[in-house]
Amino acid sequence: MKIDVAYVAELARLELTDEEKSVFQPQLENIVKYVEKISEVDVEGVEPMMHGRPLVNAFREDVVRPSLDREAALSNAPARVGDEFLLPKIVEGAES
Amino acid sequence: MELYELGIKQAQEGLAKGEFTCEDITKSVIARYHERNAEIGAYLTFDEEQALALARANPKAVPIAVKDLINVAGQPCTCASKILKGYVSPYDATVIRNMKAAGFIPAGRVNMDEFAMGSSTENSGLGVTRNPYDLSRVPGGSSGGSAAAVGGNMCIAALGTDTGGSIRQPASFCNCVGVKPSYGRVSRYGVTAFASSLDQVGPMAKSVEDAAILLKALAGHDEMDGTTPKDPVPDYAASLAGASMKGVRIGIAKEYFDVKGMDPEVKRITDEAVRKCEAAGAELVEVSLPHTEYAMAVYYIIAPAEASANLARFDGVRYGHRSDAAKDVFSLYTKSRAEGFGPEVKRRIIMGTYVLSSGYYDAYYGRAQKVRTLIKRDFDAAFEKCDALLTPCAPTPAFRIGELQDPLTMYLNDLFTIPSSLAGVCASSVPAGFTNDTKLPVGVQFICGGFEEEKLLRISRAFEEIG
Repeated sequence: MKIDVAYVAELARLELTDEEKSVFQPQLENIVKYVEKISEVDVEGVEPMMHGRPLVNAFREDVVRPSLDREAALSNAPARVGDEFLLPKIVEGAES
Repeated sequence: MELYELGIKQAQEGLAKGEFTCEDITKSVIARYHERNAEIGAYLTFDEEQALALARANPKAVPIAVKDLINVAGQPCTCASKILKGYVSPYDATVIRNMKAAGFIPAGRVNMDEFAMGSSTENSGLGVTRNPYDLSRVPGGSSGGSAAAVGGNMCIAALGTDTGGSIRQPASFCNCVGVKPSYGRVSRYGVTAFASSLDQVGPMAKSVEDAAILLKALAGHDEMDGTTPKDPVPDYAASLAGASMKGVRIGIAKEYFDVKGMDPEVKRITDEAVRKCEAAGAELVEVSLPHTEYAMAVYYIIAPAEASANLARFDGVRYGHRSDAAKDVFSLYTKSRAEGFGPEVKRRIIMGTYVLSSGYYDAYYGRAQKVRTLIKRDFDAAFEKCDALLTPCAPTPAFRIGELQDPLTMYLNDLFTIPSSLAGVCASSVPAGFTNDTKLPVGVQFICGGFEEEKLLRISRAFEEIG
């Protein structure tokens, strides 16, 4: 199985160096080749197991209560202005 | 005897009698940290002032080392990743809140494979951890810092996490007791997610009794984690009284014994463990788990898939590393992540993204979930015939630092621990002996059904006495 590592990395929002691409390419193909072993298994009519335990909806009372303090939530911000996270310009053509 | 050598039970007895205080124990652990950490590297950071302040405020508490992906308010939580360097937790994980309420305090942050991805702690982005039994070898992983701290007597006990063997394999490598609870037994709130359908927090300790005491403190329903049921938490330590192998049906599955690449010393020690159980009155039952050979493949689809989604949160926006070279939103993501994540994390994100990508989902992720059901059914069928499975914990003792270079070869180290993780059942690693030539510790694994921790711990305790 040939993997387009550059394309998948872009989907994953991960910039790779050329060296990383050439190292990962054979490693990932080797791993994918290994996991393809599951194609041998007859899974006709088998329900998928989505979680470590059968789940039912877990509801709680919808009541207002304190959440993380604003200062605490901003305390690890790479950059901030006032009470907001500061980011590079994300809208094309807009004034920054 | 120095206080850092104590286990939880002994520490609690001494505290109750007023022989020493939590501050005395914490000071002893800190002195030991200064003596040994440069060599072993079990801890990433140790906020001595905060630990001592907590100790003074809780004179009867026992200090516990914490794996660096569990949030403790005011302490770093790096997940051993450069992307979280400098991050300080704004809140306590539920396990930390539970632990504090039960008479424990967090003390020190221990090393791990970055984001818990690995089996040797060599994937840590922040430091090397060495096996206290042989400094040229790995402590196992991903909870390698926890295991090295317990095995090297650098803490009283530690918290680890286990997704595919990350408590049990390092426990085996470093001569400690490790327990991976059933999925849902312990809250994951405040524990950095790797693979959400598999992750569990568990104790790593110097005895089965210590592990039982700590597990009781951690476990229980949490409304912040919808996967934790309201089942009562038994007093695991109290139910160890009179634990014996007499009449226990121990399941022996050929899929765990006739394995290519198993170290002959591990084979010898595991075979001896089986004989000891039988001699102590256990009934040996042959069982078969025919889908075991597919477990590794299923895991290396499901775990990276979930990880690629979980790690999407590292985007350089609200916390974590932000690249100086970011010019727009796309480069903010791609460059911050490229600079912050290490190679194994990148590989798994790409692998996970690939198996979830359009056109491949059904063949990989969808199919893997169905095979996971078959693996779960194998365990259900086995537990109709036996109380617990006894298996090797890892195919080899601790290997040398740098010895395993190929990622797939490294993955195969989790061969015996992954199936039970996928099934969501509980399992322990208990010390079983040492290799003859290299004098390295080797543990065996006991596996019981979901929410059967009481039985698992009783059997583990009975083995501890005869092992």
